[in-house]
Amino acid sequence: MSRDPGLQPERTVLAWRRTALTVTVIAVLAARLALVLDTVRIVVIVLSVAGWLAVVATVHRRTATMARTPAEPGRVVPALALVTLGYAVIGLLVLATSFP
Amino acid sequence: MLHRLRQWFDPETVREVGTTPDYRFSLANERTFLAWIRTALALIAGGLAAGQFLPPLPARYAREGIAVVLLLLGAVVAVRAVSHYNRSERAMRLNEDLPASPFPALLATLIGLGTLILIVTLLVPLGSGG
Repeated sequence: MSRDPGLQPERTVLAWRRTALTVTVIAVLAARLALVLDTVRIVVIVLSVAGWLAVVATVHRRTATMARTPAEPGRVVPALALVTLGYAVIGLLVLATSFP
Repeated sequence: MLHRLRQWFDPETVREVGTTPDYRFSLANERTFLAWIRTALALIAGGLAAGQFLPPLPARYAREGIAVVLLLLGAVVAVRAVSHYNRSERAMRLNEDLPASPFPALLATLIGLGTLILIVTLLVPLGSGG
């Protein structure tokens, strides 16, 4: 990894890790919402864990490309946004199915 | 429209124009994108939390309403984060000004208004002796 005065690659990798930590909280909250409202529990737990695994893999991938081509994050950018969107959809799905 | 969609999901199309800027600018753009994603995640966390930690409110479906609004806002912020990242990257490659956007002001206004509404709904029952 190339060194520059601002330690930009390190800061960027840390920003990705921080984001992954936030996703961890979201995955737990989404699963708990389905458990508390007692609806589509298995689906939500599977999707939450899958989304979390996808983000962990994405951060891993970005950390690897940072060493070779720091300016080319590639598809990890839209991938992370898609997972984020997915959790919003999961929340809406749980709320919608919890209505009598 | 289709090209714009392709630009979103295939970042290579952004690299077809202009020249590659100093990689540190691209990394700063990437961190800004990540900060927006965390903003989206915070809004979504608020929606998920409202749905399970708020007690049923006096107004019917108020709890679900708060949750749905926060989740939708989070979804919009996440989608816009990608488009803003791509537009910024494109502007830097073409040596143009970074895209100006009314979105941050709009989001701040919405959150401010929502907070005001919540404060009023909390205080009104107190004033009427309820």
